Amino acid sequence: MQPDKFYYDNKIVRNFGIATVIWGIIGMLVGLIVAIQLYKPEMNMHNQYTTFGRVRPLHTNAVIFAFVGNAIFMGIYYSLQRLMKARMFSDVLSKIHFWGWQLIIVSAVITLPLGLTTSHEYAELEWPIDILITIVWVVFGINMFGTIIKRRERHIYVAVWFYIATFVTIAVLHIVNSVEIPVSFFKSYMVFAGVQDALVQWWYGHNAVAFFLTTPYLGMMYYFLPKMANRPIYSYKLSILHFWALIFIYIWAGPHHLLYTTLPGWAQSLGVVFSVMLIAPSWGGMINGLLTLRGAWDKVRDDVTLKFMVVGLTAYGMATFEGPMLSLKQVNAIGHFTDWIIAHVHVGALGWNGFLTFAILYWLVPRIYKTELYSKKMASFHFWIGTLGILFYAIPMYWAGFTQGLMLKEFTPEGILKYPSFLETTMRILPMHVMRSVGGALYLTGVIVMAYNLYKTAVQGKLVANEAAEAMPLPKLNPEAGTERWHRRLERKPIWFLIASLIVILIGTFVELMPTLTISSNIPTIASVKPYTPLELQGRDIYIREGCVNCHSQTVRPFRSETERYGEYSKAGEFVYDHPFLWGSKRTGPDLQREGGKYGNSWHYNHLMDPRLMSPGSIMPNYDWLITQKLDTTSTAAKIRAMQKLGVPYPAGYDKIANQDLDKQAKGISADLAKDHIKVKSNKEIVAIIAYLQRLGTDIKAGKTANN
Amino acid sequence: MSIIYFLIGCSVLLALVFLGAFFWAQRNGQHDDLYTPSVRILLDDDPDENDSKK
Repeated sequence: MQPDKFYYDNKIVRNFGIATVIWGIIGMLVGLIVAIQLYKPEMNMHNQYTTFGRVRPLHTNAVIFAFVGNAIFMGIYYSLQRLMKARMFSDVLSKIHFWGWQLIIVSAVITLPLGLTTSHEYAELEWPIDILITIVWVVFGINMFGTIIKRRERHIYVAVWFYIATFVTIAVLHIVNSVEIPVSFFKSYMVFAGVQDALVQWWYGHNAVAFFLTTPYLGMMYYFLPKMANRPIYSYKLSILHFWALIFIYIWAGPHHLLYTTLPGWAQSLGVVFSVMLIAPSWGGMINGLLTLRGAWDKVRDDVTLKFMVVGLTAYGMATFEGPMLSLKQVNAIGHFTDWIIAHVHVGALGWNGFLTFAILYWLVPRIYKTELYSKKMASFHFWIGTLGILFYAIPMYWAGFTQGLMLKEFTPEGILKYPSFLETTMRILPMHVMRSVGGALYLTGVIVMAYNLYKTAVQGKLVANEAAEAMPLPKLNPEAGTERWHRRLERKPIWFLIASLIVILIGTFVELMPTLTISSNIPTIASVKPYTPLELQGRDIYIREGCVNCHSQTVRPFRSETERYGEYSKAGEFVYDHPFLWGSKRTGPDLQREGGKYGNSWHYNHLMDPRLMSPGSIMPNYDWLITQKLDTTSTAAKIRAMQKLGVPYPAGYDKIANQDLDKQAKGISADLAKDHIKVKSNKEIVAIIAYLQRLGTDIKAGKTANN
Repeated sequence: MSIIYFLIGCSVLLALVFLGAFFWAQRNGQHDDLYTPSVRILLDDDPDENDSKK
């Protein structure tokens, strides 16, 4: 038999590589800007489009989906072709995939600063972009499975299994977490409300970490690390074992993001149990990677790519040990909502994802350009400044997290809160925030040096766009047994069938279950909890647009330190009309669930105009554009109708008269402000957001039926 | 909290997909040889350096 001659597509790898570097620099630069805003709010450039609440999601989306996303595709397109001994299934699909993904990123860069957001963390993009993501993801899937099917190597190497798991799971997660009902082209409401929405979001959120930031990178580790060290993986058996263990366990760890919330206790405990179990398969991967280098540590001394791999794997090990620890309720009580979590995710992101990406780039770019790396010295400099950057980032953040977490819980011997003012704890950790941005700047410097180094490497070499390869075609299975052939052929495609059936089943489930689920579960369990008034609803959408949820939680945990500080702890029945939920995951400022009625309207007006007027030293930016911008009331009717569809009990035909109620309430607030000599027209956005803030958490005070 | 049944359903469904994939891998002989594949990926067969298209 003659070997087949074919060519690997290196150009698509190169394109994804360029995109990785460019978006990486942009995403990290945005990260640096938001980090500085946390101690210097003026860094928002006095502009709503560059203010923390809107730009922080831009940072997370850019580094996760643009930087890491492109890096994943770069790694997969390079390794998959070589592991399957086949060119990518279709050059056209590769191109559509590449440009489609960049289009998604560009639309995120445009819409997020405009405040177009669903407010679901790491899934902020609005529904038209969600559809685009689905299409591009399917294109990627067809391209990948097509390549797998026409492979010339019978055995599917473990790395490819990780890629398959990534594709299948992200597809399901993305669809489930994007079930939203459009109000207009740029606005939608989540179909689920309150505690249910929270569960869906974190089921998605945690698995996005698992199947976007972890499994594809483990797959790449299993290909690139042995290649870099030129020795086989320590234990192939272990790699298979920990792959299956990892994907079976990961899926239900999400509820550990919702400990001490109104999520049922058993669901919380389930999340904790699964999270703790995850240590074993996670460390299986780390150990397998590090032990691959046993007896070859001298190579690590000389080879900068291996240095990056070692630190990356170590960071992975630390983050996956810390994760289960943080999911223990006692630890979570202190760590949750603080900078500790920021430190935790950045050890993973900067160490594991960042360093692995850099290692792969340094290894891969010279190869596809058939040359040597331009400067090993620069790469070495990148390694050290990057490592320093991680340390300067993580240590102050841990310090800040412990400090604030403990301060917020501290009582005096007399039994009153030692630091009743939240702001006092914020100001205590500002020096750590300064240090953190120094760490981030160091890390970014390294990346810029890398970009230059890789550029020079590319210029001195020449891209081998189509790299020749040859391999024996796969022999047909059991050619002698004619009856078995169809069976065998079917066996070779079960993944296809399974995915197709999965999609069909999922669509069916949605159609059948969703209306029942959402409407029946929206029956209020607390009689005094009423839907938002039209003005409050509009105010809530401004709250979402400005990304307030990025700094302010709306869920009071049942601790004495929290009920003393904020008020009555949260009840599940209070959130039944919250499409989407706005519990948040970080308290850069205080919790707002019981904010309603705490201060007068004029306090809120002045505070939004310039927070430092009411709270000297506050790091909250000015929201003065809310005073000048007119509230768009043309959308009220559509919003009410959408809410009605979701089961919110507005009376029939209310959409037509909603704006009358809105005007009346707005005039009332405007008149109340006039008493304090604040002149503001009732049609301004600030009136709506004040109405919403004043409503927050007041419903259960209205009736004595607060019994959940 | 009916959503939890839906999510558990999705999770179980995914798990079943992976279980199916696992059984396929097992029956397909993917797990028969747990050493050679790790070495095989290290061998790059560069047929002809000059053969690559521009």
